[in-house]
Amino acid sequence: MTPLLAVEDLVKHFPAGGGLFGRHARQVHAVCGVSFEVGRGETLGIVGESGCGKSTTARLVLGLMPATSGTARFDDVDVLTAKPKALRALRRRLQMVAQDPYASLDPQMTVGASIAEPLRIHGLYRKGGKDRVRELMTLVELDPDHVTRYPHQFSGGQRQRVGIARALALQPELLVLDEPISSLDVSIQAGVINLLADLQERLGVAYVFIAHDLSVIRLISHKVVVMYLGKVVESGLRDDVFDRPSHPYTQALLSAMPSANPVAERARARILLPGDVPSPLDPPSGCRFRTRCWKAQDVCAVEEPALVDRGQGHPVACHFAEAAPQVSGLADPARQDAPDLPNAAGLPFAP
Amino acid sequence: MAEPLLTVEDLRVQFRTDHGVVKAADGVSFSVFPDEVLGIVGESGSGKTVTALSVLRLLPPTARVTGRVTFGGRDMLALPAAELRAIRGDRVGLIFQDALAALNPLHRVGKQIAEAVRVHHHGTSRDDAWKRAVELLGLVGIPTPEERARQYPHEFSGGMRQRAMIAMAIANDPDVLIADEPTTALDVTTQAQILELLKDVRRRTRSALILITHDFGVIAGVADRVLVMYAGKVVESGTVDEVLLRPAHPYTRGLIASMPRVAQETRHLVRIAGQPPSLVDVPAGCPFHPRCPHARTPDPCAGAVPQLLPTPGGGHAVACHLSDELADPLAELGTA
Repeated sequence: MTPLLAVEDLVKHFPAGGGLFGRHARQVHAVCGVSFEVGRGETLGIVGESGCGKSTTARLVLGLMPATSGTARFDDVDVLTAKPKALRALRRRLQMVAQDPYASLDPQMTVGASIAEPLRIHGLYRKGGKDRVRELMTLVELDPDHVTRYPHQFSGGQRQRVGIARALALQPELLVLDEPISSLDVSIQAGVINLLADLQERLGVAYVFIAHDLSVIRLISHKVVVMYLGKVVESGLRDDVFDRPSHPYTQALLSAMPSANPVAERARARILLPGDVPSPLDPPSGCRFRTRCWKAQDVCAVEEPALVDRGQGHPVACHFAEAAPQVSGLADPARQDAPDLPNAAGLPFAP
Repeated sequence: MAEPLLTVEDLRVQFRTDHGVVKAADGVSFSVFPDEVLGIVGESGSGKTVTALSVLRLLPPTARVTGRVTFGGRDMLALPAAELRAIRGDRVGLIFQDALAALNPLHRVGKQIAEAVRVHHHGTSRDDAWKRAVELLGLVGIPTPEERARQYPHEFSGGMRQRAMIAMAIANDPDVLIADEPTTALDVTTQAQILELLKDVRRRTRSALILITHDFGVIAGVADRVLVMYAGKVVESGTVDEVLLRPAHPYTRGLIASMPRVAQETRHLVRIAGQPPSLVDVPAGCPFHPRCPHARTPDPCAGAVPQLLPTPGGGHAVACHLSDELADPLAELGTA
């Protein structure tokens, strides 16, 4: 089956100023040859730390900025080279949910108007738009009688639900979610995650889910892409990446994830990476991770490791790839017996 | 156990606003002992930061603070300004979440640290203070500290700024360090570096640490004891093992259960219903009762405010009317 979204060799350089008339301008190498595929109804998780290029990738895929090179085929139409009219048609099928539910809603518009806006733009409001807005509010577990309220009358979690309702208004096939829960309180995050999982089951919508939190990525993704400094260092099915992390960076990320079990935390050997992420203005030669890698050899500075399966069952961009299970705080047997709230999961969401 | 270094008794912090009186902290009591790490966990608006800042009287003048904060035998809330200044930054060091906002962008990092030394040690020469600043930067793991000391905050990465702020906080070898969400703004791998540094710094300086965070994962690896706050009140306290492995309050249980787990069979998380209350209008009785899966209303849960009482097992206190009946089925949950 052809994938819904096929991204190939995506590259984005930003000019960083310097040099008269930009002649010797330096380039920020934000995204450097990223490829991945997303199937219908599935979730691709993109994980990485700030500056790894995950948000830029999202914006490119949405056609929100021109790419330097590469393709992003959405159902055989390249988003990156599509004419404005074609892009507009694509937008109906390709929507986004922003990170900050405070900044992404117009404070002067009622939430009903915000949710109706995409319907109006695409000329779908006149016919049954009002009912559709109420239906969407119900879908994201908000009270449809609150359509006339303003964003400030909602909590952060509810605002994020409004954002999701608006993104779903045109019945898209793919939703790009950029850190959709990282600005929410812990006790609110679980509800939004559950909602997203439910919506995918009911509507068959695919997600590109961007996050820095590996535990959330693990929970919601079918496939995972790990990025470092503009490149994919490891990718594969969720369990392959989480159970057999094979790139040193993925291993470090997993080992750095704190767990709430004090006994396990004390016993755990953490991989501490030295130093900081190098500047994307001047990325290291060869493997970009080598300056912080404990496995680095001379070859790493000379030869860039390709993202290929090196015997781990999934692609890894490391000359010395080696599967290392049990580095993650998540893979901690003691946590399996953590307490459950007997009734809370079944309770309706109280507005 | 030794004498507590710092004792907070019945701390209440209120702000008058147009919408009513915000009760940011409402009867908070705890002690910090020498050489221990006390974690304060809570979500936004739980009162954790307000509690910590009021210890040093760093709240804006609009705040109405009552109660007692005893540090080194003196009541911090009644101390004259000059004596207070002598304690801030000297006996008590502060580490904030946002190092960029906490550092002065116009001064070299080394100068700011040297300043922190000289403010409290007037006899120290500029040269000696600078040398001490360089030494401190080295101590917190900043490479080539001589060069880095001459740089400005914007030339530092986020992780390095956090390190510089830790250097400043420990400059005068304080008895207590207060760290307010010191790793929240940082990436995962940088967070691991900074937590390791905090542990290391504490081993060297033997200072106590009050660590404020919303993340149980951060608490689990660093803290000895923990307070869980909700709507301005301490709802549970105890050793980190007791509270995290055998949580007694339904709120604590809910928070821990809502974290994704490895043996997760479904894609669904356990979640706490509803949302945190407005601090202007905190629910009567137990502040958590509208969200609590066990609550019995009106009595006892919507009646009296539950007191923070020791659990039978010890090492642990909980403010829940139903703690006795909830204790049994959930005891010994975290097999460690």
